Amino acid sequence: MLRNGLNSLFALLAALMMFASARADDIKIGEINSYSGLPQFTEPYRKGWRLAVDEINAKGGVDGKKLVVISKDDGGKPADAVTAANELVSNEGVALLAGTFFSNVGLAVSDFAAQKKILFVAGEPLTDAITWSKGNRYTFRLRPSNYVQAAMLAEEAAKLPAKRWATIAPNYEYGQSAVAVFKKLLSAKRPDIEWVAEQWPPQGKIDAGSVLEAIDAAKPDAILNVEFGPDLVKLVREGNTRGTFQNRSVVSFLTGEPEYLDPLKTETPEGWIVTGYPWSDIKTPEHEAFLKAYQDTYHDYPRLGSVVGYSLMKAIAAILTKAGSTDTDKMIAAAEGVSFDGPFGPVTLRAIDHQSTMGAFVGKTALKDGKGVMVDATYHKGSGYLPSDEEVKKLRPQN
Amino acid sequence: MQLFVVQLLSGLASAASLFLVASGLSLIFGVTRIVNFAHGAFFMLGAYLTFTLTDRFGGPLGFWGGMALAAVLVGLLGGLFEILLLRRIYRAPELFQLLATFGATLIVQDLVLLIWGPEDLLAPRAPGLSGAIDVLGKRVPSYDIFLILLGPLVLALLWLILHRTRWGMLVRAATQDRDMVAALGVNQKWLFTGVFALGTFLAGLGGALQAPREAVDHTMDLRVIVEIFVVVVIGGLGSIEGAFVAAILVSLLNAFGILILPKISLVLVFLLMAVVLVVRPRGLFGRREGAARMSGGAIMSVWKPLDRDGRIVASAVVVAAALAPLALGPYGLAVATEIAIFVLFAASLHLLVSVGGLPSFGHAAFLGLGSYGAALAVKMLGLPMAPALVAGPLLAALGAAVIGWFAVRLSGVYAAMLTLAFAQILWSIAFQWAPVTGGDNGLLGIWPASWAASAAHLYWLTLALVILAIGALRMIIFSPFGYALRAARDSDLRSEAIGVNRRDVQWRAFVIAGAGAGLAGALFAFLKGSVFPDTMGVSTSIDGLVMVLLGGVETVSGPIVGASVYKLLSIWLVSHTDYSKLVLGLVIIGLVLLFPKGIVGSFPLLHPRRVAPREKAAA
Repeated sequence: MLRNGLNSLFALLAALMMFASARADDIKIGEINSYSGLPQFTEPYRKGWRLAVDEINAKGGVDGKKLVVISKDDGGKPADAVTAANELVSNEGVALLAGTFFSNVGLAVSDFAAQKKILFVAGEPLTDAITWSKGNRYTFRLRPSNYVQAAMLAEEAAKLPAKRWATIAPNYEYGQSAVAVFKKLLSAKRPDIEWVAEQWPPQGKIDAGSVLEAIDAAKPDAILNVEFGPDLVKLVREGNTRGTFQNRSVVSFLTGEPEYLDPLKTETPEGWIVTGYPWSDIKTPEHEAFLKAYQDTYHDYPRLGSVVGYSLMKAIAAILTKAGSTDTDKMIAAAEGVSFDGPFGPVTLRAIDHQSTMGAFVGKTALKDGKGVMVDATYHKGSGYLPSDEEVKKLRPQN
Repeated sequence: MQLFVVQLLSGLASAASLFLVASGLSLIFGVTRIVNFAHGAFFMLGAYLTFTLTDRFGGPLGFWGGMALAAVLVGLLGGLFEILLLRRIYRAPELFQLLATFGATLIVQDLVLLIWGPEDLLAPRAPGLSGAIDVLGKRVPSYDIFLILLGPLVLALLWLILHRTRWGMLVRAATQDRDMVAALGVNQKWLFTGVFALGTFLAGLGGALQAPREAVDHTMDLRVIVEIFVVVVIGGLGSIEGAFVAAILVSLLNAFGILILPKISLVLVFLLMAVVLVVRPRGLFGRREGAARMSGGAIMSVWKPLDRDGRIVASAVVVAAALAPLALGPYGLAVATEIAIFVLFAASLHLLVSVGGLPSFGHAAFLGLGSYGAALAVKMLGLPMAPALVAGPLLAALGAAVIGWFAVRLSGVYAAMLTLAFAQILWSIAFQWAPVTGGDNGLLGIWPASWAASAAHLYWLTLALVILAIGALRMIIFSPFGYALRAARDSDLRSEAIGVNRRDVQWRAFVIAGAGAGLAGALFAFLKGSVFPDTMGVSTSIDGLVMVLLGGVETVSGPIVGASVYKLLSIWLVSHTDYSKLVLGLVIIGLVLLFPKGIVGSFPLLHPRRVAPREKAAA
């Protein structure tokens, strides 16, 4: 019986080896994301990067070489992401790694990249650790971090008259650091503010009624929300019925992103201050070109994931063009300070902490024709909200 | 006072929906003894179907009718599932049906994505119950009040069905002693099908009732499944009243607990379950199960150490495995290393489940403790790799000594759920204790020392340690200790009569199994370079169980084959298809039907000597 098992084992392993087929003229990019774990984000994301790759290749690729993206699923697990990264690097011989959604998956791949000395351009992971406390030479990150989003929202929150604040956030690193940074920045701007209640429901298992009543009992003037996805829907539905959000300001992370706003439909709350992506209202030429190309190709509107995927490949193409090589050290040197144009305008990858200057839209939620939309939205560049260089040097290991 | 009443009401509303789903699970387990892992999938289908049907029909009649129809459809689907699949495998070893329900869960997860798409869906609010009513100046959703009233109503209906109908009487009889019911000439097949359909109907109804108050999405099943198992176990397996009381207990504790400790909901249910099981080993309302008439030993094959042929095969396998670096590149070797690690993980679980008769739903705790033990030895103590590989198993053995001490005082699924409770408590410690464990962001930079850094060296090191550990486990199985362990598994009374201290023997087995899994965990940390709490999550524990069951729970070598096949298959599928869960689920169900005793257990040809001794004796 052992023999049978191992025979099939080696047969399959041999089959795995066969997949390492390469065309010498292509530049291979290894891409990893939680396709099966988080399809509501990763499906539009995949469409976004495919669009960018097609556009780049239609224009002749990078230095006449076509970009080929080999994409793998990590199932939302850091250990599986490392397996996928290993396959891409060792078997497929990719020039660099890109992608990931969850913060812990991003960190696992970032650590793998540092160990194997390969470039990794993280797309979505929001954790500050990936560029600061756990930052390394090989890792860059595209999206505005938790810190940046918190800083944008804290700026708006400081303008509100509210003095008594309560927080609701999922009980894991993302929620914890979002609340911590927001509290710190808002308290610095407004020393008169009092933090009167906090709730930490486990992710995916919010008991919305109890959570909201516990918040309501503290009689806050304003609420900070970090919930997203199904938990957000449940929270909003319950809060609308109970009237918890009435006569209160609500500041909410990511709620303006179509991924999280669209499912709310008729339940969309009015006037929440949110970060997000008002795709139908952005009238810049860069975005209109992107929107048209996206809609022509997919007959669907883009989500924020689409912008992340699209910008990710544009960033990589810019790095490769500037480096003129797929040598890791040359690509890192090129990536530090490289600029490219994404749907949100020009973006730079900072040399000091490998964080991009991509920003986010801050606006208010509204209900229009039975759908949730983001109104009064303005684009805030990421560069304006990152801490000073001295502070960044303290936050990031220097070596 | 106002807050007290409002929290009481929202707690009771949560309890009602929890109870509906849990009562179905409890009913199914009570009669069929099936650990129905797919119960969450049926719950999710109820919610999705409600979304579609209420959307299609519209209006109050369409809404309530659509809801009811969704629940009925789910019940029919459940009945069909029982007839087509489960019916074929009732004779299989205990827990084997779990494998089929696990496969079904995987399939449903991908199917809902294919049918309904990835976006979260919003079902309409309930017509007539969309608003709120005033309670002491607070607005309480009228739908909550409806749920609070519905819970006891369903309980009463179930009680009437179970106590006032002939069918219900048979169900209760089967819950108490199903062999006797069969001996009295009751057609068990249709009884089981009926119970399964009713149970899944209740799951579907639970899902349907949740649709108007939350989002319908493809992770709903996993969100409820563990919690409803906990509710069923706290209440006592097979007890509907127990499920009702437990659901209220869990929900109220949560509603009031978060007022004092806002982070409590992460572990609360598991803490409660651990306390209840330590105090009442059969849950609040559980009754002693009827004595098993078929002793495990009677249907199990006789285990023998490897004979000459077997030793030749085993040596050949070891040599082939050792030569793998000649044929495989760094990635292939990393996959082979991972498989070797999970072979050890499964083999250590096998010592508990197959040899000791102690099913465990929390074995990942020891894998995780091994990982964290090794990682913390590197990070906090600055130790090199070799001592870290000792520290991991030590920490795991220590954890196993504590968990095992409690678990051996229980039996069957209760013991399994207690291990799950402890595993979840450990998981939440790893998750919360950020200064030491790094929390959700884990511990990074646990890479092998330079002498083991290359893929081949790490593979050889892993292989050597795994072979040594598995050799040791086999020696233990065939040692006097191993015989005592099997005796305690097969008959508590008889083994006690010959002087075997069951609890002591099983407790030692726990420590050995914990150390084995801990070694696997320590190696896993160095293979991945990082450690995260999800290593000790429920899904890792279930994976381990699936590996043992797939290989064949009644065999000695089953876990080796089961782990190799399962791990290789899942790595390969994730890498090559978008719907890896769908394919993996189909493969598992195919294997379940083809090999109802597990892959190794279904090849009698491979055990030429298995039946021989008895034949000789007969001759």
